[in-house]
Amino acid sequence: MSAPRKRWLLAPAFLLACLWGCARHSGGGAATGRIVVNYWEKWSGFEADSMRAVIDDFNRSQNRIEVRFLSVSGVDTKLLLATSSGHPPDIAGLWSENIPDFSEKGALTPLDGGLAKAGIGGDRYIPLFWDLCRHRGFTWGLPTTPGCVALFYNKKLFRAAGLDPERPPRTFAEFEDMSRRLTLVEIEREGRRVRVSFESLTPAERAGRKYSLVQVGHLPQDAGMFLSGWGAWFGARFFDGDRKILANDPGNIAAYEWMQGMSETYGVENLRGFIEGFGVSQSAQTPFLGGAEAMVVQGPWMPNFISKFAPSLEWGAAACPAADGVGGGAPVTLAQCDVVVIPHGAEHPREAFEFLCYLQRQDVSEKLAKSQQKFTALRDVSPGFLVDHPNPAIRLFMDLSRSAGARVVPRLPIWHEYDAELAVARERVLNLRATPTEALAEVQERVGWKFDRVMRRWDAVGVERISEWRAYDAW
Amino acid sequence: MTPGERRRSLVGLAFVSPWLVGFLVFACYPVCASVYFSFCDYDVLSRPVWVGLLNYQDMLSDGVFWQSVRNTLVFNLMALPLGLVSALVLALLLNQPVRMKGTFRAIYYLPSLVPAVAGAMVWLWILNGRLGLLNQGLEAIGFSNPPQWLVDPAWTKPSLALVSLWGCGNTVVIYLAALQGVPQSLIEASMIDGASAWRRLIHVTLPAISPVIYFNLLIGIIGGLQVFTSAFIMMGGAGPERSVLFYAIYIYQNAFEYRHMGYASAMAWMLCMLILVLTLLASRVSRRFVHYQGD
Repeated sequence: MSAPRKRWLLAPAFLLACLWGCARHSGGGAATGRIVVNYWEKWSGFEADSMRAVIDDFNRSQNRIEVRFLSVSGVDTKLLLATSSGHPPDIAGLWSENIPDFSEKGALTPLDGGLAKAGIGGDRYIPLFWDLCRHRGFTWGLPTTPGCVALFYNKKLFRAAGLDPERPPRTFAEFEDMSRRLTLVEIEREGRRVRVSFESLTPAERAGRKYSLVQVGHLPQDAGMFLSGWGAWFGARFFDGDRKILANDPGNIAAYEWMQGMSETYGVENLRGFIEGFGVSQSAQTPFLGGAEAMVVQGPWMPNFISKFAPSLEWGAAACPAADGVGGGAPVTLAQCDVVVIPHGAEHPREAFEFLCYLQRQDVSEKLAKSQQKFTALRDVSPGFLVDHPNPAIRLFMDLSRSAGARVVPRLPIWHEYDAELAVARERVLNLRATPTEALAEVQERVGWKFDRVMRRWDAVGVERISEWRAYDAW
Repeated sequence: MTPGERRRSLVGLAFVSPWLVGFLVFACYPVCASVYFSFCDYDVLSRPVWVGLLNYQDMLSDGVFWQSVRNTLVFNLMALPLGLVSALVLALLLNQPVRMKGTFRAIYYLPSLVPAVAGAMVWLWILNGRLGLLNQGLEAIGFSNPPQWLVDPAWTKPSLALVSLWGCGNTVVIYLAALQGVPQSLIEASMIDGASAWRRLIHVTLPAISPVIYFNLLIGIIGGLQVFTSAFIMMGGAGPERSVLFYAIYIYQNAFEYRHMGYASAMAWMLCMLILVLTLLASRVSRRFVHYQGD
């Protein structure tokens, strides 16, 4: 064969090799001959390490399935793209707030048939978390580790402010009062820069706002990861459960008015300047971990971050007080849940489901929860779970998740967008650029418009979707 | 075509086929598909549903869309003239016959070699209102209340315009090359005529390099309307009160965060049209100001 002809043949061969490299490799057989189940999870760091340990246990117990774990940043977006291309992983770790959106878009596998065969039902779980795994009458995922939020406080700062470090606020009025007492400012007096309590400022000094904040009781921005605002503690309803967005619910307006009050009290620039001196969340640069914020709303993961970034921080935790009358006397919290799902089109749904069921075993679930310093979504707790649990506040979080005042963020397919709009409204309100009523009216209009579009689409495809889900039977 | 020529052509095509396939699959197809998607309700997962001009109509009534247009235009009105003038001034200075000219040129070019993300992270700290170098410097020279660059919605766009100067080294190099191509005979003739340095700059140098200024303007318009990285890294996307929600960021949010791929595709095509219109406008205006040799 001539040299040019050989070259001519080599080029397409190279191209084919490239294309083959991009192609789906079916079978997924491990070197051991076991079926490989690919698992993408959002967790990194200690949370990923905990799950890896559980997976190692599972793989050791198996001669048929091998779970392969991959920590993936931006897992929700990447999962959707992988699913749309027809090459999703077999399992994905998401947040429960993803379920309405992903399920309606047809990205998830309904688990109900498998759950019925495996004898797994809602009665095993704390109702709140089981409900978070369901949407439109189907179950789309199973809980891994749930979370809810409470008030973490710095005992040293309490002591320094003359407060009892063992007595966190119990009412909203106490919370506000303590917050003021815990606020320190630097101000120029008689030519010297002095650090004094906000409470000790004269009316003229307060009105002039010629000071800088060096320590705050709490920040209006810190409402605990799940929600951009304090609406939950003011009894706000965000959604009527059917077709109406309720962004400008009176409870939410009250929450935003309260947040705006902080800007009016301390000054927009003072608050902004204080926050800007700190860095990103989940780092040593947050005001709370840096010892400059006395109280913060956070979840059970917080002790992990404290021990990592601020090991000398002397902390306590309690239910975050709600506004008068909210929760009917029961402690109020906001709950969410990490879930594992089987994406639509997964190559090995049955094997993936077997691993999901393994994660629901009480011993496994408790091992995972303990190593992440969290609790489980299961209704029952083994006697030893609390005995050597590394999180001293774990009982508080377990009680909060079972409280009649526990709430979840609205289960809406557009919650991500809704919360982003609430965050913009919060900024405008805190910067005194709009009244709460105006800012939330805009959210109402905008999210309402978007939700109408989503509902129109659902009206068009809903019947077809539901019949597909009912017909699914890979179990 | 003889059999030999045909064979050689085929061999050539076979060798460029990886690029051809890459271009067709990863550039040509997505561009064509985005035209179709822009007329669809498409969330990436479900099949696209034809909605006609709805996405384009939605843009008209979407307040945030218009905010992103405003933000992008205002930013460009700040950053583009600032960048063009600063780069030109730097190039004029670096074109002077001074010692260590090469070293100075290297120093001014170096920042454009820093990756955009790394540069943004550095500027994040320089512009920090409380701890940043810039504000500490401003306070040291008597500004008692310097701007909160990154958290005050009124200052976020100017601060990003300032950051955009960081990478002007490339433009400086292009200007430098043009300045060295200005005919020495013209300069000498104007000197003989008694023209001052300023007049030589205005009446000789600038007209001589006007095609390069025009080129930089066009590149600046095209790049400026697609500004993304600095705002995305430094402001987490939209910035306080969406003050730096630029057009490209809003496209990204719709496509990949909210999964309104149809709407994002429509926005992308509108951006393409906007760039085209502004480029044509610049082209029309340039006829009066740009002088090509031999005209």
